Amino acid sequence: MARILIVAEHDGSDLNSSTAKCVTCAAAIDGSEIDIVVLAADASVIAAQAAELASVNRVLTIEREENDKPLAAVLAPQIASIAGDYSHVLGASSTFGKDLMPHVAALLGVNQVSDIMTVEGNHTFKRPVYAGNAIVTVEAPEGSIVVGTVRIASWQAAATGNAAPVESVTTATELPSHTRYVGLESAVSDRPDLQTAARVVAGGRALGSEEQFGLIYKLADALGAGVGASRAAVDAGYCPNDMQVGQTGKIIAPDLYIAIGISGAIQHLTGIKDAGTIVAINKDAEAPIFEVADIGLVGDLFQVLPELTEALS
Amino acid sequence: MDKIIVGLKRVVDYNVRIQVKSDGSGVETDGVKMSINPFDEIALEEALRIRESGGASEVIAVSIGKSEAQQQLRTGLAMGADRAILVAVDGEIDPLSIAGVFKALAEKENAGLVILGKQAIDGDNSQVPQMLAALWGRPQATFASGVTINGDTARVVREVDAGLETVEVDLPAVLSVDLRLNEPRYVKLPDIMKAKKKPLDEVPLADLGVEAGPPIRELSCAAPAGRQRGVTVDDVAGLVAALKDKGLV
Ligand SMILES: Cc1cc2nc3c(=O)[nH]c(=O)nc-3n(C[C@H](O)[C@H](O)[C@H](O)COP(=O)(O)OP(=O)(O)OC[C@H]3O[C@@H](n4cnc5c(N)ncnc54)[C@H](O)[C@@H]3O)c2cc1C
Ligand SMILES: Nc1ncnc2c1ncn2[C@@H]1O[C@H](COP(=O)(O)O)[C@@H](O)[C@H]1O
Repeated sequence: MARILIVAEHDGSDLNSSTAKCVTCAAAIDGSEIDIVVLAADASVIAAQAAELASVNRVLTIEREENDKPLAAVLAPQIASIAGDYSHVLGASSTFGKDLMPHVAALLGVNQVSDIMTVEGNHTFKRPVYAGNAIVTVEAPEGSIVVGTVRIASWQAAATGNAAPVESVTTATELPSHTRYVGLESAVSDRPDLQTAARVVAGGRALGSEEQFGLIYKLADALGAGVGASRAAVDAGYCPNDMQVGQTGKIIAPDLYIAIGISGAIQHLTGIKDAGTIVAINKDAEAPIFEVADIGLVGDLFQVLPELTEALS
Repeated sequence: MDKIIVGLKRVVDYNVRIQVKSDGSGVETDGVKMSINPFDEIALEEALRIRESGGASEVIAVSIGKSEAQQQLRTGLAMGADRAILVAVDGEIDPLSIAGVFKALAEKENAGLVILGKQAIDGDNSQVPQMLAALWGRPQATFASGVTINGDTARVVREVDAGLETVEVDLPAVLSVDLRLNEPRYVKLPDIMKAKKKPLDEVPLADLGVEAGPPIRELSCAAPAGRQRGVTVDDVAGLVAALKDKGLV
């Protein structure tokens, strides 16, 4: 049997959909019994959302004032203190999970399996390396706890409809005060979230300015799509960093991805390998993006975009 | 702050087209261009800037691996590191043990900061900095795109999924850096000459009291399922028709 603990990701008010994807990954492990732990100042709403997820056995809450913000140094010792009952501890491969889970692994004295794509056995997994240019099958040591992060673009969200019991847990763990949360600067947007949107429109360096990047928003709005960008576009200041797609940005798997004025560098393609349909619009017929595009259009984006937006409005 | 330790991992250069070996035993590295992990160049640049602004007295570049990593350490010295340490290891070493090495060195050198990359672009693990913070019992500020040192604290802007998060940490601390933190300087020819005279010590792993832990074993390696080139359309009307065809609009 595998007793699996999943660390819930949330923003203080709602459960992040990445947690439902971790549940699907955990359910793929033979004989799994899945608990979710919610660390928060007030966990009630988040725990109720977690309890709805199919295959979840129990939801544990650890409510402490210090858990109000996601600081790895504060959360990790609490997770480690309850991990002894489990064979696996999993978190999402989001910036939250990437920051937290290796800290938990080190406290437990093990290495981490990063970015689990598939489950091959209770200790055997597939994961990408070299920006997704190679896929390795890895085996965590038998007899030690497995700590891993789940590559969320590889997994569907678990269904809802469950009503797992919620239990409050208290831990006496002493918490450090050497790390203090100051604030979060978040671009407010009514558009669908990049990581969960069914359609994504993304712009690259070719957009040329923040103002002209507005053409990307117009097409996205016509399609009800989320907005992504290449690193070059973010670096140039055309759009905020949370839009970056790729090896060092977000790894996404929308049904439709439209890449506009993006050359298709390996580090960018890593982020969209699992997209359903990739559309590329680029004025250079030799651009590498066309090698992976299901539909390609060679043309100047400044002509194509207004026409396309109009046609789809 | 006295000293800053920077990690420089030797990895396959980011421009190299990765080939999986036909026997599935790994990725081809023979005769392939090797470089400093790009994130680690940024880590070193940040350390140099802190030293140059009077925030630290010495920058120590550290690499853990085979003796060939001396090349990357020499480059680091040419960029401006004051001295380098190669922790000699034959074969593979796991992230937890690497974190143990950094902890041992941080304590021995009494470092005020350990600055590492957010991930090594070969294994894409993104583990060592967070593990170091756990083992050392010091703060971690990962994925940094802005760092300001104020006496014995640092204010760090972090690139997170939701945007830009700011944290304040007490020093000593561990930072992991993201690409937008800075633009690393170019190495000039005279600097390469000067770097030859800077100290580069080789230390066996065992001397640091670190024992390699149980690794995560790699059983096999394969190329990813590739995507195929699809159709090319001539104009917007063709594109819209193709999207409708697939039921996407
Ligand atoms: C360690 C590392 C990690 C990285 N991580 C990422 C990452 O996560 N995500 C990422 O995106 N990049 C990443 N990069 C950067 C990556 O290598 C590329 O530099 C970047 O993706 C290029 O962005 P781009 O395609 O917008 O720009 P460019 O490569 O400059 O391409 C612009 C494209 O626009 C086309 N174009 C120009 N004008 C027009 C026009 N009028 N109409 C139509 N097309 C036009 C050009 O033909 C060209 O193909 C990383 C790099 C490194 C070293
Ligand atoms: N063998 C190594 N030698 C020097 N630094 C390393 C080594 N391995 C990892 N690091 C540092 O840790 C960071 C994260 O690596 P990783 O956790 O392997 O993705 C790298 O960017 C380096 O700064």
